[in-house]
Amino acid sequence: MGEYAVEMLHITKKFPGIVANDDITLQLKKGEIHALLGENGAGKSTLMSVLFGLYQAEEGEIRKDGKKVEIKNPNDANALGIGMVHQHFKLVECFSVLDNIILGSEPVQGGFLKKDEARKKVMELSNRYHLQIEPDAVVENITVGMQQRTEILKMLYRDNEILIFDEPTAVLTVQEIEELMQIMKGLAKEGKSILFISHKLNEIMEVSDRCTVLRKGKYIGTVETKETTPEKLSAMMVGRNVSFKVEKKPAEPGDVVLDAKHLTVAGQNKKDAVQDVSFQVRKGEIVCITGIDGNGQTELVYGLSGLEPLKSGSISMNGKDITKASIRERSVSGMSHIPEDRHKHGLILDYLLEDNMVLQRYFEPQFTSQFGFLKRKEIREYSDRLIEKYDIRSGQGSSTMVRSMSGGNQQKAIIAREIDKNPDFLIAVQPTRGVDIGAIEFIHKQLIEQRDAGKAVLLVSLELDEVMDVPDRILVMYEGRIVGEFKPDEVTVEELGLYMTGAKKQEV
Amino acid sequence: MALLLQYTLIYASVLMLVALGGCFSERSGVINLGLEGTMVMGALGGALVMKYMGDLPAALMIAVVVIGSILFGMIYSLLLAVSAINFKADQTLVGTAMNLLGTAAATVFVKAINMGEDVNNVSSSIQYIDQRKAFSAFKIGNFEVSWFMILAVILLIAAHVVLYKTRFGLRLRACGEHPQAADSVGINVYKMRYAGVLISGVFGGLGGIVYITAGVSEWKFENGVAGFGFLALAVMIFGQWEPKLIGLAALLFGLFRSLSNVYSGFDILEALNIPSAVYNMLPYIISLVVLALFSKNSKAPKAEGIPYDKGQR
Amino acid sequence: MNTKKEKKRFLEIGGVQTVIASLICIILGLLVGYIVLLFINPGGAWDAMTSILKNFLYFPRPEVALEYFGSTLVKTAPLLMCTLSILFAYKVGLFNIGASGQYAVGAGLALYLALAHQMPWYVCMIAAMIGGGILGGIAGILKAYLNVNEVIAGIMLNWISLYSVNMLLTNVKESSTTYTMALKTNSPGALIPSFGLDRLFSNNRYVTIAIPLAVIIAILVWLVMSKTKLGYELKATGLNRNAAKYAGMKEKRNMILTMVIAGCLSGLGAAFLYLSGIEQWSCAQTAVPTMGFNGIAAAFLGGLNPIGSIFSAFFIQHITSGGSYVDKMVYSAQISDLISAIIIYFCGFVLFFKYCMNRKAKK
Repeated sequence: MGEYAVEMLHITKKFPGIVANDDITLQLKKGEIHALLGENGAGKSTLMSVLFGLYQAEEGEIRKDGKKVEIKNPNDANALGIGMVHQHFKLVECFSVLDNIILGSEPVQGGFLKKDEARKKVMELSNRYHLQIEPDAVVENITVGMQQRTEILKMLYRDNEILIFDEPTAVLTVQEIEELMQIMKGLAKEGKSILFISHKLNEIMEVSDRCTVLRKGKYIGTVETKETTPEKLSAMMVGRNVSFKVEKKPAEPGDVVLDAKHLTVAGQNKKDAVQDVSFQVRKGEIVCITGIDGNGQTELVYGLSGLEPLKSGSISMNGKDITKASIRERSVSGMSHIPEDRHKHGLILDYLLEDNMVLQRYFEPQFTSQFGFLKRKEIREYSDRLIEKYDIRSGQGSSTMVRSMSGGNQQKAIIAREIDKNPDFLIAVQPTRGVDIGAIEFIHKQLIEQRDAGKAVLLVSLELDEVMDVPDRILVMYEGRIVGEFKPDEVTVEELGLYMTGAKKQEV
Repeated sequence: MALLLQYTLIYASVLMLVALGGCFSERSGVINLGLEGTMVMGALGGALVMKYMGDLPAALMIAVVVIGSILFGMIYSLLLAVSAINFKADQTLVGTAMNLLGTAAATVFVKAINMGEDVNNVSSSIQYIDQRKAFSAFKIGNFEVSWFMILAVILLIAAHVVLYKTRFGLRLRACGEHPQAADSVGINVYKMRYAGVLISGVFGGLGGIVYITAGVSEWKFENGVAGFGFLALAVMIFGQWEPKLIGLAALLFGLFRSLSNVYSGFDILEALNIPSAVYNMLPYIISLVVLALFSKNSKAPKAEGIPYDKGQR
Repeated sequence: MNTKKEKKRFLEIGGVQTVIASLICIILGLLVGYIVLLFINPGGAWDAMTSILKNFLYFPRPEVALEYFGSTLVKTAPLLMCTLSILFAYKVGLFNIGASGQYAVGAGLALYLALAHQMPWYVCMIAAMIGGGILGGIAGILKAYLNVNEVIAGIMLNWISLYSVNMLLTNVKESSTTYTMALKTNSPGALIPSFGLDRLFSNNRYVTIAIPLAVIIAILVWLVMSKTKLGYELKATGLNRNAAKYAGMKEKRNMILTMVIAGCLSGLGAAFLYLSGIEQWSCAQTAVPTMGFNGIAAAFLGGLNPIGSIFSAFFIQHITSGGSYVDKMVYSAQISDLISAIIIYFCGFVLFFKYCMNRKAKK
């Protein structure tokens, strides 16, 4: 028997146009907690999908206990004793904890469930690993923490030896995170091997034995956690690659356009996603809200744009209170919103490009006659003008079905639409996600032009290059709160990383 | 009074059976709107068996009739299973087609059979005066207990046990709630959904034969089953997809339904002089009110009606 | 710019795919229906099939054929209205299975006002429309505010409407039968005028302006859906509810409005049929009118396009009426219901057919 429980050697996985995993090696020792660190899009989830049999790697091999194995589907992974706690739990909400744990591996006699036997085994495991649960409670009524313990017990019940935790702390409260850390340590002590996927440095420092870092699909290195520091890890994760600086003049902030006071927005779980957030955006400045995905940025934008109601707090724009205004009222009075999810909110994929171009303005007299008929000719002309001005490429121009367009051009169309509305306040959420380099440059230029034209711009981004280059002010969000405010030229990415991962905090 | 009880119990048995069928299908994640058509087919199966079997000992007669309707119902429900599970068809559309098809096909077949026997007989009826006697278990005064009532109660208990005490039930329910979760622990969602739909065919078919033999000795297939399949869906929703509650809901709806048959036998009701149509629509009005009250936090299986695509894990 | 536009392959054009998919449904439906007929009586299958497809052409004399063609058209008008009702709702993401009930209510109000109050035809027609609209609106409100599935609510409303209408129309029925009194003798003012259209169809007195009206309404629906602000909003709501919300549209209001309009269309359809005098309502009816369900077939067969619906509604009515020409000594008239039900069933596979075509086109 070798030293390693699982080895992924020289894994390469390509998708059209991108190498998601480029010669990556990950070796998990028996009984260790091994962290896998990287930014969004670094290739962590692809690598785990390969290990779990959801994807097949083009190159490289996987070894279990030193022997080469083929993992073609999740059932193969299960059979090899590999279990995973998914970021989004796979629990049946109206089932009891016990039923969820045994589902798929039920002890039966003649088809009848032997619940007593199952309960005994589950309670034994629960006690042995200090995973406190209520077996008869219904999952939808228990805390997220207990749901997670249920997921962990699911793996243990199946006698899994290799446990993967995919960003397990994203949905937990501080106390629950602390508890989880103890549980993971306990499991490792009992001989389980743990892969811990995260980008929260303080957690990695606390719990892991070793840490493998990925960046942009490449293997950066594996370090002993004891011998490293959060700063070093952060540098490995972000890289010191020289990015092309965006050309821009110094900002000349004017009057306050957006004034958000004490915003609280409910989250999907019991905890509020945004907690008491206040900030301002002035004319002629770009403010960037950054943070690791899932720390309340999405919900903050929903609250600002009116997609979700506020729990408390107030918003005013140009001095006018818009806390209770409808989405349409906000839009008409000068707010534009480039949404995070262009397929969910931003576009109607089965509408023509021209119809999407007027999605926020179709009702204006210039596009609708007084009898309610759309002015097709004007819409076409307007759309053609935007296509020309913003260089949007599509198969049949204005009459292209948006679904058939490339992601970058879909995004350009949204940006053209929102900017051409001539807003006072522009929200741009992850405007460059999933678009190619050329388009990124274009989008950045547009945002800065808007700023120079005296608009207030709120950029929400996870991309560190973008966060450092584009805005005039940076606000860092962590667990629903703003934990730091910086000028881009007075802060380093490493420093930002510490705030984003909760290792540091300003009193704002 | 005995008559009211009689009709209430027999209609409740029908509604219970069919609603249980709907329950199994929806618990697995497939909405079965085609129960009305499935009932007609089951009724046809049972009626044909009675027609051609002629003279059999009571117990055997019951057995073959039940098998006949179950087979017809099950095979018919394959239409839904194939289209909804394999081809991801619109379940509402397919269900509607099955309802239309059920009545039309049964009528065409029965008429063809009748015409084959006697060229002048163009009716869509099948008679089963003698055969039907086998279904009567015993009588208390005027009140006749049918074997089907007993069977319905047994199946109600069985349905509860299967859903909540067996591995099959646990897995079936998981597929209707969170198929991705079921798949992630190695359960074949497609197979379980097939099982759910086929079981609904079994129950629907059985409900069909119980319905047409409820009070009469012949059935005109042109009439279909007069909306009982839809009423059963209301019973299922009112019963919150739980066999126990479905039993109670079926009794309640059975009572309302039977009022329209026997209200004239009650002096008080007769004196009220309410048109029979009111009694006929009563169950539907009640379902609608119930739906309006309970749909906000309905306990419907979360994944029902959504085709499962293995690719989208 | 790349000036060399790539020519779309024939199979990749949306409209072509829709027509082919519909034709496949029809052919499969006829084929399976034929097999069923063969199974019942191998000798007469071919004749029966051709009589159904021939319908009025069964009559060798052109003037008689023309008269029966007229009758088919009279029944196509209400079917087209139900079809439009269903496709209108479907475009906004709602399944209006309640079209049958809305149709029944329309019939009830139109006939009651005509027979009990001697109202003129246009009043009856408007009442039918409003009645259907209210019924649709109930389903819409239940859906938007109480989360009641519109399909289940629609089914319940269908039965409630059926029995209510039976009850209402019992007041105006013939004393010796279960049918409502004939309009011609009891309320001639309620008959929809024909303005001479009947003369085109060998003096078929049931041919009225309802037929051109239905076609005009189909075109209107097409106009509203594709040319107006309202249509733009409604379709957006149906295609992507989240994006509609993001664009500031009132999705709940849109949902209710859609169901009201859909209900108006079905209700009006009933007026088109019953105010022509071709049929009388049977107050002992125990089945929901099939017009609404056939409308589902026609809507899907017409590729969910109002103009396509004109043809598909005619086709469905054509084979439905054709059933009555089948040799009664061999088969029953219901074989045409059987065939149309099979066609509806195959409509469920339309997406799959299109998927196959796309795959073929890509190769």
